[in-house]
Amino acid sequence: MNYKIEVSGLRKSFGSLTVLRDINLKVEAGQVVALIGPSGSGKSTLLRCLNLLVMPEGGQVRIGADSFSFGDGSKLPATREQARFRSNTGMVFQHFNLFPHMTVLQNVMEGPISVKAMPKPQAAELARKLLAKVGLSDKVDVFPNKLSGGQKQRVAIARALAMEPEVMLFDEATSALDPELVGEVLGVMRDLAAEGMTMIIVTHEIGFAREVADRVVFMRDGVIVEEGPAREVIGQPKQEATRTFLSHFHNRG
Amino acid sequence: MSYTWHFDIVWGYRWIFLTGTGVTIGITIAVVVLGLIVGLIAGIAQLSRSPVLRWLSWAYIEMFRLTPLLVLLLWFYYALPILTGIKLDAITASIVTLTLYGGSFYAEVIRGGIVSIDPGQSEAGLALGMTPTRVMRRIVLPQAIKRMIPPLMNQSIIQFKNTSLVSVLAVPDLLYQGQVAAMDTYRALEVYTVVAVIYVIVLLPLTAIVKQAEKRLAQSN
Repeated sequence: MNYKIEVSGLRKSFGSLTVLRDINLKVEAGQVVALIGPSGSGKSTLLRCLNLLVMPEGGQVRIGADSFSFGDGSKLPATREQARFRSNTGMVFQHFNLFPHMTVLQNVMEGPISVKAMPKPQAAELARKLLAKVGLSDKVDVFPNKLSGGQKQRVAIARALAMEPEVMLFDEATSALDPELVGEVLGVMRDLAAEGMTMIIVTHEIGFAREVADRVVFMRDGVIVEEGPAREVIGQPKQEATRTFLSHFHNRG
Repeated sequence: MSYTWHFDIVWGYRWIFLTGTGVTIGITIAVVVLGLIVGLIAGIAQLSRSPVLRWLSWAYIEMFRLTPLLVLLLWFYYALPILTGIKLDAITASIVTLTLYGGSFYAEVIRGGIVSIDPGQSEAGLALGMTPTRVMRRIVLPQAIKRMIPPLMNQSIIQFKNTSLVSVLAVPDLLYQGQVAAMDTYRALEVYTVVAVIYVIVLLPLTAIVKQAEKRLAQSN
C-alpha cells in the first residue's frame, strides 16, 4: 500500500495533561481523512504534530519521504530540518493567520520566495494562478483586512498550495466563518480533494466529512476511538462514544 | 511683584545657547541610535531560547531601569575608573550611560512589541517552511516595528530631556551653558526661562510627529 502519511506510537502531553496517547494513523496518497471528536480530544494537537508546530514526545511521523522519530534518546530535529519537513505540508488555520502587512498576492508569494528562493516574477505567476483557482483573481492587490472571512481562508489555502506540498492539513478551517461563508471554503476543499490532494481535515462539518472524506477518524481523550470509511463511521458508528458525539449533530440539524 | 525682565542681556549669550543646543541634540542623536541597537539586542535576547541570554538581558534591563540616571552618570564617571582603571572623558561617560539607560527602556518596548504579535503569525510562517529567524525578520518584526514606533519615539523624547543631567559632569550642553550664563549675568530667571523654552521648541515638532504616527497606527488596525 502506498501510504503518504504514517504515524505510529505518537505521544504528547502538556505538563501533566496527556493529550495524545499512542496514536497510529496511516493515510494513502490521494486520500481525504476527516478527524472528528469533541473539543479537547487531541485532534488539533495531532494535526499540529504532523507538521511539528507541536513537537511530539514519542513515536514516529513520516510524510512522503521524510520521517522523524521522537523520544527515547532520539534527538530533536534541527531547526533547518524542521523547516524543510514543514515545507512539504500545507496548513490552513482556523483563524486564517494571513500576513496583514502584505497584499493577497504577496501573502501567496511569501513561501516560494522565502523558502524556495523562487525568483519574484515566477512566484507572482504561480500566486496568480493559485488565486485564480480559489476564485480571487480580482483581489490580488488588496490587503487582507479588506477581505471577508471566506475570502481570507481561500487566500490562506492558496498560500499553503504555493509551496506545492504533498499533504494539506486543515485545522477547523471553517469554524471561524459566518455560516453563509462556509460553503465557498468547503467548495475549494472539495475541488482539491477531487484533484487527488492528500488531506487531513479537522472539522465539525459532519455533513462535509461524510461527503468528501474517504475515511473518518473519531478521537476522544487523546485516543482514536473508531475509524473507517466515512459512511460507516458517521452512518453506523460501532462505538458508543462515537454515537453520543454524533447525536449532538443529528439533534441540531 | 515688580521684576523687570532683561532678556536683552540673554541675547548677548545667544551663541553659547546655540552651541549648547547643538551639543544637546548631538548627544541625543548618538544615544538614541546607540540605545536602539542595545535595546534591540537586549529585547530579542529576552525572548531567546537560551536561559543564559535571557538572564543576562534581564539583569541588564532591570539594573539600568531601576537606578536613577543621575546616580548612573556619577557612577560611570567617578566610580568606574576606580574599579577598572578605565577613565572615560565626560562626553564619553555621558553617552555610554545614557545609551545603556535608554537601551534598557527601548528593550522593554521592543520585547513588548514582538510578543504583542499574534502567535498565529509565527505559526503560519513556520508552517510554510520558514526558519524561526526568517519568520522573525519577514513576518513578526515588520508588524511589531509599526507598533513600537510611537512608544520608541516617546522614549526618545524623554532621552532628549535626560541629556540635561550630563551638565553635572561639565559637558557643555544646553543646561550647562545656561548655568554659565546665569552665573555670569546674575539673571537666573531670564536664562533658565530661555533654556526651558528651547527644550520645548525643539521637542514640539517631535511630539506632533508621534501623535501623527499614533493616529496612523490606530487607523491601520
